[in-house]
Amino acid sequence: MALTAITTAPLDHGALVRSLDTRGIGAVAVFLGLVRDNNKGRRVLHLEYEAYEPLALRGLDLIVTEAREKWPNVRMAIHHRIGRMAIGEASVAIAAASPHRADAFAASRYAIERIKQIVPIWKHEYFDGGDVWIEGATADPDDTGAREEALRIACA
Amino acid sequence: MRVTVRLFARLRDIAGAGELQREAPAGANVHAVWASLVSEFPELSAYEKSISCAVNADYSRFTAAVADGDEIAFLPPVSGG
Repeated sequence: MALTAITTAPLDHGALVRSLDTRGIGAVAVFLGLVRDNNKGRRVLHLEYEAYEPLALRGLDLIVTEAREKWPNVRMAIHHRIGRMAIGEASVAIAAASPHRADAFAASRYAIERIKQIVPIWKHEYFDGGDVWIEGATADPDDTGAREEALRIACA
Repeated sequence: MRVTVRLFARLRDIAGAGELQREAPAGANVHAVWASLVSEFPELSAYEKSISCAVNADYSRFTAAVADGDEIAFLPPVSGG
């Protein structure tokens, strides 16, 4: 299984963990982002995710590389799902393995913050009464301020 | 020269297509391609300050020159996760 992927298939975080080399590893943090049933007071019915796939995959690879620079002992896998998802389904799965728990937690937190900053994926929210494209951050991998903010959150 | 324009999310909805073939003058940069699209689809102008761009599936700058056959992508603010 590839360490990074953009896929329409349901995410399997167990398989994601098993894909990591766990020699010398004492902790694995798994983060799952789920489709929530509400957003900003709206009752959400389902989400549809769209990606610019080649660039999104490169973005995930970049995040793994950045995490490795900050936490050299961390091994990480990230899969992001696209397409239609029902409430409660996982849209993103991150597995971060490290010798000790602190780096595993920090690296997984860093990864989800960076995904929201630089990976070209968009969620289209279908709610009770309409639909809307959710727009978050202007993506710029070279924005060092954004990267520092992700590191600050991860290490808080 | 001829370029392929890729649009995503709300930008795709505004233009009515996710992929467009467009002519661009020799020496054009990414911003010129965007400006031409805005004149075609004025609603896109709301995104002038918030979009990112990519050339051939790599993040780029609006000042970057484009070449014949390039794929130019315009990306509204992202919302993955």
